[in-house]
Amino acid sequence: MTTVLLLTATGLGVAALYFLVASGLTLIFGLMDVLNFAHGAFVGLGGYVGWTVADRLPGSPGLVLGLLAGVAAGAATAAVTELAVIRPLYGRPLDQVLATVGLGLAIPALLQAVWGADARTWTLPGWLAGTVGLFGARIPSVRFLLIGLAMALLLGLRLLLGRTRAGLVVRAGVEDREMVTALGIDVRRANLAVFALGGAAAGLGGALFGLYQGSVSPGDGTSLLVYAFVVVVLGGAGSITGTALAAVAVGLVQQYADYASASLGDESVVILLAAVLLLRRRNLRGRPA
Amino acid sequence: MSAVEPVNTAANLLELEDVRVRLGGSAILHGVSFTVAAAGVTALLGRNGVGKTTTAKSVLGLYPATGSIRLDGRELIGLPTHAVARLGIGYVPEDRGVFAGLTVAENLRLAEPREQPKAGYPRVYELFPVLEARAAQPAGTLSGGEQQMLAIGRILLRRNRLLVVDEPTKGLSPKVAAEVARALKEVAETVPVLLIEQNLSVVRTLAGQAVVLDTGRVAHRGATRDLLADPARTNALLGVSTARADPVRADTARADARGGTA
Amino acid sequence: MNTLTSTWRRGPLASRWVRAGLVFAVLYALPYSTLRIPGVFDGPLDAPGVLQLLAVCLVFAGLAMSYDLLFGHTGVMSFGHGMFVTGGMYATTILVDHAGFGLWTSAAIGLAVALAAAVVLGAVALRVEGIGFAMVTLAFGQAVAILVVSGSPQLTGGEQGETLDAGAVPAVLSGVRNTANLYWIALAYLAVCALVVWGLAASMPGRVMRALRENERRVEVLGLNPYLFKLLAFVVAGVLAAGGGVVYLLLLGGATPTVSDSNFTLSLLVMAVLGGTGRRWGAMIGGVLYGYAGQSLTRVSGSSAVAGLPGVLRGPLEQPLFLLGAAFVLVVFFAPGGLTGRFGGRMRREEA
Ligand SMILES: Nc1ncnc2c1ncn2[C@@H]1O[C@H](COP(=O)(O)OP(=O)(O)O)[C@@H](O)[C@H]1O
Ligand SMILES: [Mg+2]
Repeated sequence: MTTVLLLTATGLGVAALYFLVASGLTLIFGLMDVLNFAHGAFVGLGGYVGWTVADRLPGSPGLVLGLLAGVAAGAATAAVTELAVIRPLYGRPLDQVLATVGLGLAIPALLQAVWGADARTWTLPGWLAGTVGLFGARIPSVRFLLIGLAMALLLGLRLLLGRTRAGLVVRAGVEDREMVTALGIDVRRANLAVFALGGAAAGLGGALFGLYQGSVSPGDGTSLLVYAFVVVVLGGAGSITGTALAAVAVGLVQQYADYASASLGDESVVILLAAVLLLRRRNLRGRPA
Repeated sequence: MSAVEPVNTAANLLELEDVRVRLGGSAILHGVSFTVAAAGVTALLGRNGVGKTTTAKSVLGLYPATGSIRLDGRELIGLPTHAVARLGIGYVPEDRGVFAGLTVAENLRLAEPREQPKAGYPRVYELFPVLEARAAQPAGTLSGGEQQMLAIGRILLRRNRLLVVDEPTKGLSPKVAAEVARALKEVAETVPVLLIEQNLSVVRTLAGQAVVLDTGRVAHRGATRDLLADPARTNALLGVSTARADPVRADTARADARGGTA
Repeated sequence: MNTLTSTWRRGPLASRWVRAGLVFAVLYALPYSTLRIPGVFDGPLDAPGVLQLLAVCLVFAGLAMSYDLLFGHTGVMSFGHGMFVTGGMYATTILVDHAGFGLWTSAAIGLAVALAAAVVLGAVALRVEGIGFAMVTLAFGQAVAILVVSGSPQLTGGEQGETLDAGAVPAVLSGVRNTANLYWIALAYLAVCALVVWGLAASMPGRVMRALRENERRVEVLGLNPYLFKLLAFVVAGVLAAGGGVVYLLLLGGATPTVSDSNFTLSLLVMAVLGGTGRRWGAMIGGVLYGYAGQSLTRVSGSSAVAGLPGVLRGPLEQPLFLLGAAFVLVVFFAPGGLTGRFGGRMRREEA
């Protein structure tokens, strides 16, 4: 029983990370048809910037400021990417993807150049470093922080998409971008907003991944990105709720299978993906929220 | 080019001059020139696949075109689509462009103009009462005819100088098609319309002027009445004889045309 | 120069097969040459180090061509191509080291396994279209990568990779003196890739693939099933990639998990785009350049000139991937047709 609880908590914690990365990915892909290979770079950057701040400023203030710095770094990098790389290539969708591939190779290399190839240890403040007892299971406190923040993001995104005009534009744009522009709406602003928002979530994800592992390393972004892609495929591009559900499914399946036999976790994720694809003969595009 | 025909700029709202479009490596429009009058309905006709939709999309800036497309003398080519729309061109696309996952009310809200967002609603609801009744329903669950009404009604919330409407009666039953045509006729009393249409009885009742395309070129321009009065010519240009031009037949002709190109 | 290029285009060398034969004849003769090209190669052309470098370039060229069969010729973007390279490489190594089969038997079984895997994986992954396919293949590739690194380390050697049992390698292929033979094997592999890719491109299925790249709807209208032609491209590309994995294995003397990394597949994409996608010589040239740059950038990165730079500049310049990634973005922006598209102006896209 305690094992099940621990596995579930870990699975949900990992799912939270996947959701943080995949939510931006799915909105960007849904709205702009850009499979953003630079997203892992936003994750990595968020992690390192967050770590740098938290390393200088120990304790809880450092943690909070570190997370905020990660968010800011992710958002800023993503916004610059949209403005400087994606927007000039508007109308060349393949080149947009290729350019993000280039960034996805260059930025992690840059991170390695600046912070070195070895992992940097992220020391947690005392209250977060311990575990919480839950029905006899000792669950690391960080997991709850991850789950809480991911749920807050889910709620916030749902409100944003469902209740605001900007959200309406994004939802409509995911369905039919051309028609949105034909109604006199400048989708480029929505594009920038979605990129920045996705980058912010990815930056937060990177910093939280650092907390979860207790360290940050140059390959963090890339390793999360692959699972985030799987989550996007399972959840349906452009769908926030679908992405959240898929993230939970992937996180739990991975942890349970890993417990059964080491390295089975990742294989079972791929089997899950293949099974869903075989059973679901429809296009990748889903609906937002 | 424009010397061939005397151009009365005062009466012409939209002018296309030598418009060329290439898509997926092949030339689709090979220099299309025609004008749309500042009042009433101008029909854009032609068999399936001749480039009518392409013409409409290049007016909206959805396809890259060369040549010149002017609204009241203002060049549209090179403008992004949202800027073209803000100049007052309302677009009802062939597939209706309704956002299926959004509710009817949300579809309408998206089209509201920034200034006086609510001003247009009474007239739209008067024209299409069904939109008010189904406001909370996802647009994807509406019938084809209702979706078409939403697509037209939505655009009427905006202040338009020209409507571009692409095959509004396509796939609708004769009764619903007639209903849509009646609404369009009422709309056309206040806003000029460029109407793409295969249903010749609709064309006959709505359009004063007609432009006929044939494989990316203008094959005919003139009064609709004169064109439809000449069955041989109509048949040569459109592949349907006027005597049998009802929607069902038009659909069959369309299927034939498709089979022929395959 | 002008007369030279015009002879190339209109003279007796006009036939593309004659030209290709000429290029391969020159490549074949390289190990007999003692020519030194200072600044480009460290020694004469017949030096083992130089031949090894060139052989890697040729293998990359073949792999890039196999990738481009999918990406450039058919318009299908896979991010899991590296798994076939991995498959060929590891299947051969494991069969040699742990099942005691001979090298060529193992390689043949490896290719057969890759063929079967390509059919199954392609059949599943191609159910999703466009960019979704890219994500799905990425996930499959990742599964293979994890299997190789942490699946069963006693078979695959984990992160270190697995050395190929030297006893199983024929004497003519081992030892520094025989590097020329390895070079010729790499060249033969490239020639096979070229024959298959060019031959396929000139055939009926190749024309359908090209039509798919331009406009999938038009193919459907003709009553052909796009799925089957994409699957054909996927399978042929996969088997060619597995063959490349075997040759790369011979060059390295062992299997390495780097070929299973998603970055390896991305680098194949980079090669194809750098050279010019869907073109006759594009991917091949891109592969050679990338192979050369990848190996000599490491040299530049480690050079004293870079070491003397201030830290801010030195850091990034010491990262070959940073330079390649940045260069790639520039190519996408400023030379969208790739190098053969940009500078070979009139070199035309493959037209059967
Ligand atoms: N996106 C596209 N890419 C390539 N060809 C297209 C595209 N859209 C339309 N076409 C082709 O352009 C031609 C004209 O199409 P269209 O303007 O839709 O015709 P119409 O509306 O008159 O039936 C057709 O032959 C069609 O196949
Ligand atoms: Mg049309």
